[in-house]
Amino acid sequence: MSATQALVNDNRTKRQVARDTRRNEAIAHKKLTSKGATIAAVIIAVFWTIPTFGLFVTSFRPGADTQTTGWWTAFANPEFTLENYVEALTSGGTSTTLAAAFVNSLAITIPATIIPITLASLAAYAFAWIDFKGRNMLFVFVFALQIVPLQMALVPLLSLFSNGLTINDVAIFPGFGLNNVEYSFARVWIAHAIFALPLATFMLHNFISELPGDIIEAARVDGAGHGQVFFRIVLPLAMPAIASFGIFQFLWVWNDLLVATIFASPGALPITQALNSLSGTWGNKWFLQSAGTFISIIVPLIVFFALQRFFVRGLLAGATKG
Amino acid sequence: MSQTTVDNPGTREQTDLPATTHGVDEKGRRTTRVIVVIGFVLVAALFFLLIFSAPVEDPVRTTIGFSLNSFFVWLGGLHPLVQIPIVVAVFAAVVAVLLVLIEYAPRPGRGYFIMRLVACLFIPLLAFMLLKPYQNVLVYVVAIALLVGGLLFFADYRSRQGAGYLFQLMLFMAPASIMLLMGLIYPAIATFVKSFFDKTGEAFVGLENYVWVFTNPVGTASVVNTLIWALFAPTISVGIGLAYAVFIDRARGEKVLKVLVFMPVAISFVGAGIIWKFMYDYRQGDQIGLLNAIVTFFGGDPVNWLAVQPLVNTFMLLIVFIWTQTGFAMVILSAAIKGVPIEQMEAAELDGTNAWQRFRNVTVPGIRSSLIVVLTTITIASLKVYDIVAVMTGGRDETTVLGFEMVNQQQRFQSYGHSSALAVVLFIFVLPLIIYNAQSLRKQREIR
Repeated sequence: MSATQALVNDNRTKRQVARDTRRNEAIAHKKLTSKGATIAAVIIAVFWTIPTFGLFVTSFRPGADTQTTGWWTAFANPEFTLENYVEALTSGGTSTTLAAAFVNSLAITIPATIIPITLASLAAYAFAWIDFKGRNMLFVFVFALQIVPLQMALVPLLSLFSNGLTINDVAIFPGFGLNNVEYSFARVWIAHAIFALPLATFMLHNFISELPGDIIEAARVDGAGHGQVFFRIVLPLAMPAIASFGIFQFLWVWNDLLVATIFASPGALPITQALNSLSGTWGNKWFLQSAGTFISIIVPLIVFFALQRFFVRGLLAGATKG
Repeated sequence: MSQTTVDNPGTREQTDLPATTHGVDEKGRRTTRVIVVIGFVLVAALFFLLIFSAPVEDPVRTTIGFSLNSFFVWLGGLHPLVQIPIVVAVFAAVVAVLLVLIEYAPRPGRGYFIMRLVACLFIPLLAFMLLKPYQNVLVYVVAIALLVGGLLFFADYRSRQGAGYLFQLMLFMAPASIMLLMGLIYPAIATFVKSFFDKTGEAFVGLENYVWVFTNPVGTASVVNTLIWALFAPTISVGIGLAYAVFIDRARGEKVLKVLVFMPVAISFVGAGIIWKFMYDYRQGDQIGLLNAIVTFFGGDPVNWLAVQPLVNTFMLLIVFIWTQTGFAMVILSAAIKGVPIEQMEAAELDGTNAWQRFRNVTVPGIRSSLIVVLTTITIASLKVYDIVAVMTGGRDETTVLGFEMVNQQQRFQSYGHSSALAVVLFIFVLPLIIYNAQSLRKQREIR
């Protein structure tokens, strides 16, 4: 967006904005979008929906049918059941059942969402409201860190966790002895938190630095320290950004396979990992794979539909700047 | 959005922090600087002494009764659902202590002075002790911790902005900085170093691993495929996403149409992989995979989509990725399109332009920054892709990519050298994107 345009936007009064909106709506009503465009859009939408829909139908069909006939035949002779879901939940994979893995996923995702966002908002506040030397340089550096491929950090981090840090035969940090612990998520939490920090700091900073400075000035003049300003003014005001980034972080962690593959102990596998190993053992049992897939999709879809209005707002807080 | 935002620099602390004379006059500041430098040299010296101290036969670990490890072990014994509230509560308590310190410790007065001093000395010590160091390094660790804490306190007390300024800045930044250092910066450097060593990380082999990457069929396949991914995934998904966003802009049922295309974004790559494997399913006799059903319906022979080389199977995987990313591009671009001022559109319309010209000359320039952001994001995601390949083909039939192959090399073959070299190659691919983005970000920050 050009600077002049931004000026145009900034100088518009409320009334002008309202008038523009009315005019837009009038145009939208008057001008029927071209037929071709609508047809094209519907075709794309259908293409995007069919794969999911097909698996969805399959998950409710009796196992024997799915092995022999395509899912589209189900509409000719409808026969539906919930058997697949029951079986999928209770069938064991390598070390956990799908139901246990589902619980594990929750246990991984909730802390791995809260921890990085809290730490990132602390750092973002300092970047935005405390003036120090090299602030801009450091901020750009943190931003650049988000593009270090996660794969690059996995192996050394794993060895740091399990073998500790030994320099020249002197063990400084012995590492965690968590390999034999049944349900240890600690390594997964820490890893997820670390990998989320750069992006979270960047996005939250974009929002926090736009907060009106006079509020913060006023609070400081009244004798509030940075601690109070952060906790009682900035956090509540930044809630939209925090919520929207939180949703994304939740989805990313819930859907992650790689970090969990590397760091999770055998009893702590998340649902993506269980599903992946099960789909190997289930081979062609599509009725089970489909049910398992939808069990794993339930939570992200609930989060998505319940909170989708935050999405665009939060995304735009960080995405379309400059 | 706009570049006219005003980023007020942090308030000067002189109003509410005790001003110290050393902070203001030139001589005092020089003294401070000299002492801090000497302190750092001492810390470095201690660290070297620690490294070259004689190794002790089976050293005993020292604990202060509890450590991070014992906490995690205890936590790991509980039911997963019970762990959630406990870990969140412990974390909240730590953050609360941090905020209380930030709030009260910088204040002027003797009590607060002591509070700062204790915090400076105690926090590094506690942090080191939580890591459960060995007996033989204990003296050094304690010395380093106390020295660092003392230095911080001294520099803070004599800082130009008044005592307490540096202290609160440190508390704000330290948790994130330490984690980034430990979890991203150190590992990235370690991976880079490892890529010049052999399988086990013992012997130095020079560029051998890189030669392997570019000559071994597996290595070359992963490089070539990654480039294909990075080239096609962003362009196609942003192309379709943009077209779709324009098509449904102000159309009837815009919300529903948006949700339908956005839904795959919420689905994990594992789920997406299974969904599409089902689409591509191949068997003799009656087809249950939709794609082959269509092929056979028109009288063709069923195709084993995920095994057809060259390129066909890679593109089949690409389709899955595009399917998951298009919604993301569409949502952002759609919001950006709505931000294009209506006046420009109308002016163009009055000039008698057709829809295509308006799109080319008004919409696209108006959403340029969003386009770049989306393209960058998806390119990076496509470079790092792992899950789709892992779930759908396991890298067989030349479908492997860098992000998958390096995990594969490490887990299946325990070959850390190859794995690290692949990671470095991946990093080099991402580098131009980093530089470009960091530059534009810097320009933005300078404008402010």
